[in-house]
Amino acid sequence: MFGRLKQMLIKEFIQTLRDKRTRVILIVPPIVQMLIFGYAATFDIHHVSTVVLDLDHSQESRGLISRFTSSPYFDVQRQLTDSRQIRDLIDRGQATVGLEIDAGFAQKLRKGETAPLQVIVDATNSNTALIASSYISQIALGFARDYQQDRIYRIAPQLMEAIPSVELEQRPWYNPGLSSRWFFVPGVIGSLTLVLVITLTAFAVVREREIGTLEQIMVTPIRPAEFILGKTLPFFLIGLFDVSLIAAVGTLWFQIPFRGHILVLLTGSVLFLLCMLGVGLLISTVSSTQQQAMVTAFFFIMPAISFSGFGFPISTMPQWMQYLSYLIPLRYFLIVLRGTYLKGVGMEILWPQMAAMAVMAVSLLTIAILRFHKALD
Amino acid sequence: MSLTRLMAVARKEVIQILRDSRSLMIVVIMPVTLMLLFGYGINLDLKGLPVYVYDRDGSQQSQDLLKRFQASEYFHVARVVNSYPAVTRALDDGHAKMGIVIPWDFSSRLREGGPVQVQALVDATDDNTANVLIGYAQAVVQGYSAEIQLDWLRERGETIQPAAVSVETRTWYNEDLESSAFIVPGVLALVMSVIGAFLTSLTIAREWERGSMEQLISTPVSAMEIMLGKLAPYFVLGIFDVIVCAVIAIYWFHVPFRGSYLTLLASSALFMIVVLSLGFFISVIAKSQFAASQIALLVTFLPAFLLSGFLFSIDQMPVALQWITRILPARYYVSVLKKIFLKGTPTAMLYADLIPLAIFAVMLALLATRAFHKRLE
Repeated sequence: MFGRLKQMLIKEFIQTLRDKRTRVILIVPPIVQMLIFGYAATFDIHHVSTVVLDLDHSQESRGLISRFTSSPYFDVQRQLTDSRQIRDLIDRGQATVGLEIDAGFAQKLRKGETAPLQVIVDATNSNTALIASSYISQIALGFARDYQQDRIYRIAPQLMEAIPSVELEQRPWYNPGLSSRWFFVPGVIGSLTLVLVITLTAFAVVREREIGTLEQIMVTPIRPAEFILGKTLPFFLIGLFDVSLIAAVGTLWFQIPFRGHILVLLTGSVLFLLCMLGVGLLISTVSSTQQQAMVTAFFFIMPAISFSGFGFPISTMPQWMQYLSYLIPLRYFLIVLRGTYLKGVGMEILWPQMAAMAVMAVSLLTIAILRFHKALD
Repeated sequence: MSLTRLMAVARKEVIQILRDSRSLMIVVIMPVTLMLLFGYGINLDLKGLPVYVYDRDGSQQSQDLLKRFQASEYFHVARVVNSYPAVTRALDDGHAKMGIVIPWDFSSRLREGGPVQVQALVDATDDNTANVLIGYAQAVVQGYSAEIQLDWLRERGETIQPAAVSVETRTWYNEDLESSAFIVPGVLALVMSVIGAFLTSLTIAREWERGSMEQLISTPVSAMEIMLGKLAPYFVLGIFDVIVCAVIAIYWFHVPFRGSYLTLLASSALFMIVVLSLGFFISVIAKSQFAASQIALLVTFLPAFLLSGFLFSIDQMPVALQWITRILPARYYVSVLKKIFLKGTPTAMLYADLIPLAIFAVMLALLATRAFHKRLE
């Protein structure tokens, strides 16, 4: 048995790694994708182009605007004189945020009425618009608070010492710099491995079927179990190699901290790879051509990545999507990845994820092997 | 060039597509699936985030503050715990996104006067969620703080007007800040990349792999006729999918459509030529279907997904990457899509996107033709 398996393994490795192009494909695209993801995938906003229309010309309105000028999130590019200019600049895409302070702003503030700050946001990108709006509110809130403190100080300076106040002491854990990169890079390890292993496995088996070499192999004394093992083991190892490669880029290039235990991550990766091998094999049993395999794989990959919480929180999805997400192995692997990288937690926290992946790996592989037997008969 | 021969090649291709039910499925079902996935699955408008509370004071005042958190639609007070480790554990295993810790001397320090700090421990693995959470928490605490100050001053016979700035935000082009409105138009670019480059490169790589391309070339059909005949059916399919996508976007997701339908079709046709040429080019240079699929993924799907401004806004990327996006056709197409869907920019003002798109179409078509001729020789 081991002799035959060994021969099969040797054949697979030669077949996969013989072609220079395939060798390149196993190494270059994962790295390129990791780099692009690391740099492009960000919801951070910095220097959002902002234009200002101050019709009040008061100390108060200037005070509020100066808070925007000094904020790293906004880049106040122009002071306008006419509200039509805001429309024009936003229409042409030269400004994303327009701030308008109407006459009477300071007067309302002094009288204790609510003073309005008009904000116009280009919401063609609703993420940026949402995040920018949140920062604008925070700046306005801070301005109102400090204005109030000033007023109390002017009226009753003797009370300033004793006046009570509540402050929020914020402690962003795991990612103190609130960097998008720290969020995305561990996730990329999971999603790139998913794409690579599934397509590789599905293609390799179907290719043999398509060009007819599958029949040739089946007439040799090799048993189906040996064939499957011989087929999948190389991809398992290649998958493991790619996980390490991508993880190394993430750690060394992007300097994402790794706080957990490497063995926990390794366990998670092995379980996840087994799930992906199962999916790849399963796809290969339902496809007769490589093109079909690719199409089917694509149908699995897109939802698998979107439902997994890779880029967008699962909690904001509709309920039915949230239920579906439990069926996606990547969902669990992402928790393991972020848990080991950023949170530094171990098995005591991650065991439910490991268990879920183990159950999925066993069932996927069992179904795949049963179906594979049938496909051969 | 003869139209009859061209049509014959095209007819053969159509029969082949129709016979392969799975490819046909991808053409019909994939646009719908992608639309639904992205239309529903991507939402950054966070509400009801789970919060754990540890009230070490247990006084009337601390409860008042916590009630404000409960009243906010952004927080969901999932559990009240009575130890610090219970909070950290909930953050570790993801049951809570934020933990609020009120110090034991909260009410007594408020009575004595001076600032009191309330801790907000935030799970910042997802930086965006963390940012939003901190912003809302900040607002709740400040509102509370301002109120107790006014009460305190009133008790001491000082009447002070509250200072308040209201932020009146108008979000243009996407008034309800619906994520789906800004996501869904961009899905068109994804769909076309899949049809144009993915499917096409695979189909033609298969002919090379199987040797049927050589057979085709030995017939009197010229290279140009083969190329056009093979690509024409996919062109029609692509345009068909654009229409399907547009109908779903407008009638299902109620994305506003403010531009001209003709411009939508024209720009889609240009982009289709771009991706088809790329797909053809890839199939010519790639030796195997696997290589073709991976290259297609890397040069068409990935840029359309990551670097086109479809999800992540380009002006927030590093400058080097912003330059790279300029040589990506998907960027211009997504920009056109957003403008004609959401902004209603007149066609005459779209030249900055349409001209580069046209140049890409011509250049890539020439490149594909040349590569094809070269390979034949």
